[in-house]
Amino acid sequence: MRLAPRTLALLALLALLAAVPPLAAAFAQPFYLDLFRRIMIFAIAAISLNLILGYGGMVSFGHAAYLGIGAYAVGALAHHGITNGFVQWGLAIGASALVALAIGAVSIRTSGIYFIMITLAFSQMLYYLGVSIEEYGGDDGMRVKTLSQFPGLVDLADPVAFYYLVFALLVVVLWVTDRVVRSRFGMVIRAAKSNEARTRAIGFSPYPYRLAAFVIAGAICGLAGALLVNHTAYLTPEFMNWTRSGELMFMVILGGTGTTAGPLFGAAALLLLEDLLQGWRVLPPWVRDYWQLYLGVILVLVVLFAKRGLAGLLPGGRDGDG
Amino acid sequence: MIGLVFEQALNGLQLGVTLFLMAAGLTLVFGIMNLVNLAHGSLYMVGAYLWVAFAKLTGSYVAGVLLALLGTLAVGIAVELVALRTLYERDHLDQVLATFGLILFFNELVAMIWGRAALYAALPAWLSGHVELGELRYPLYRLAIILVGLAVAALLWWVVVRTRLGMLIRAGASNRTMVAALGVNIRLLYTVVFGFGAALAGLAGIMAGPIYSVQPGMGELILIQVFVVIVIGGIGSIRGALAGALIVGMVDTLGRAFLKPLLATFWSPVVADTAGPALASMLIYMLMAAVLALRPEGLFPARA
Repeated sequence: MRLAPRTLALLALLALLAAVPPLAAAFAQPFYLDLFRRIMIFAIAAISLNLILGYGGMVSFGHAAYLGIGAYAVGALAHHGITNGFVQWGLAIGASALVALAIGAVSIRTSGIYFIMITLAFSQMLYYLGVSIEEYGGDDGMRVKTLSQFPGLVDLADPVAFYYLVFALLVVVLWVTDRVVRSRFGMVIRAAKSNEARTRAIGFSPYPYRLAAFVIAGAICGLAGALLVNHTAYLTPEFMNWTRSGELMFMVILGGTGTTAGPLFGAAALLLLEDLLQGWRVLPPWVRDYWQLYLGVILVLVVLFAKRGLAGLLPGGRDGDG
Repeated sequence: MIGLVFEQALNGLQLGVTLFLMAAGLTLVFGIMNLVNLAHGSLYMVGAYLWVAFAKLTGSYVAGVLLALLGTLAVGIAVELVALRTLYERDHLDQVLATFGLILFFNELVAMIWGRAALYAALPAWLSGHVELGELRYPLYRLAIILVGLAVAALLWWVVVRTRLGMLIRAGASNRTMVAALGVNIRLLYTVVFGFGAALAGLAGIMAGPIYSVQPGMGELILIQVFVVIVIGGIGSIRGALAGALIVGMVDTLGRAFLKPLLATFWSPVVADTAGPALASMLIYMLMAAVLALRPEGLFPARA
């Protein structure tokens, strides 16, 4: 069996991710465990965004809202003494799906620039809601004292166990989105993106399909939010900040839209770049202190000159063929 | 009570005209160049910073304002020439990302030059008093903002409807290929429109500077409100931008001032304390959702 270059690249990256904990332990660099866990959590969020953005052509500029809802579901339950992980994560996913249904029902009626701005505005609305709830720390956020409890299964306080849980979920999410995209449902979504009029002409109304994809993406991102708040052990409305939505979009673009594994590469590239600009001792302080300036320039250059993202660097395959 | 309502209505009008100055540029750039410019808020921020810097340098408020306006115009034109020009033909996604990158760039650039702490600058004596409006003593400076904003709105209307430049702008918005075929230098037209949009955003920033603090990231706060404005008004339409700006300015200001006491009269003060501020900050977004549900193209859609 011959594997396509991009499948090989994905398998190599997954093998690398699986090898991080023993390597970090061997070199006594627990920091990298933390960094790569963060990368995988954001990769899950970016993969969910890619489902609607890359395959569905719905440019959602408010996807961080579901990160926030997932995080708030876990944080709020923990605050009120409910620490069972299944309840917490179930609520995170369910609440995100429900909010995605409400936002999607209004937003998907519009398209293009309107869609971008409405999704942005809805996520800002939720951001300000988070800022104004004093019970959960308002603007400052609050510490989550007890992580989600999965008694007898996995202990999130153990960094390596938590790492492999995130890794397993990442693989599951990759597999599920790949199945969704290749299914009949996924074909309708992709068809509606490439030509809405023809999709209608062969008898599919895109609206319910798009809405369903929007809800699935929201639910997966809610799971990422539940992971993120356990990762930071801190709940803050900053999870929903619009710059976070921009970062998620950038991860998708950087990895190449409409490729299953692209967002994983994009998340890794962006977060490693951020980490490098902030913390690499070789760089002079005027780079490290103002790293966002350079990140901004790199972003502009990538958009202007690398149209197909990192995936475009690999031979074979066109946009949208999985 | 009537005095308080009147005062808050004036504050709403003041926010409204500030939003309009921003929205006019953004909606023109979208209507004509089909460009989503997230960095429009950065130009607002650049205007405010340049005003603080030039006012300190020259020691004169008026000179500071004029130099800051010219400076923002120059920055806007430079941004258009270097980065945005190549984006007109790209899809909205690329435009959003590239201008998102510009926001990061500008926020850090001003932090590099002027520091991350908020700057405050004093108003000259002739702008800092109060005026008597019947029972009410209203800050002269806020009144000046309202008057300048309305004057600029009138001027803008005159330019777009009555001048040759305005004719070209309207023509460019309806059919740019045809305008180019008729021998108009469309690239120059784009640069001019973008520059003036930038100057209007700069003016909004300059005027907001003494009221709000001048700090990195100040542009994003207003940018998202401006998005709400142009979505409500109808993208690409200046009339819509004016109507949307006034509606959003009023709803936001009055909501923040009166929603809490209003809730307290109907429910308990505890409910009002928790729900009031949350609802007030979400009000304009709910308004936008309602408008879109009823009229997806906005209140005053631009004529195609």
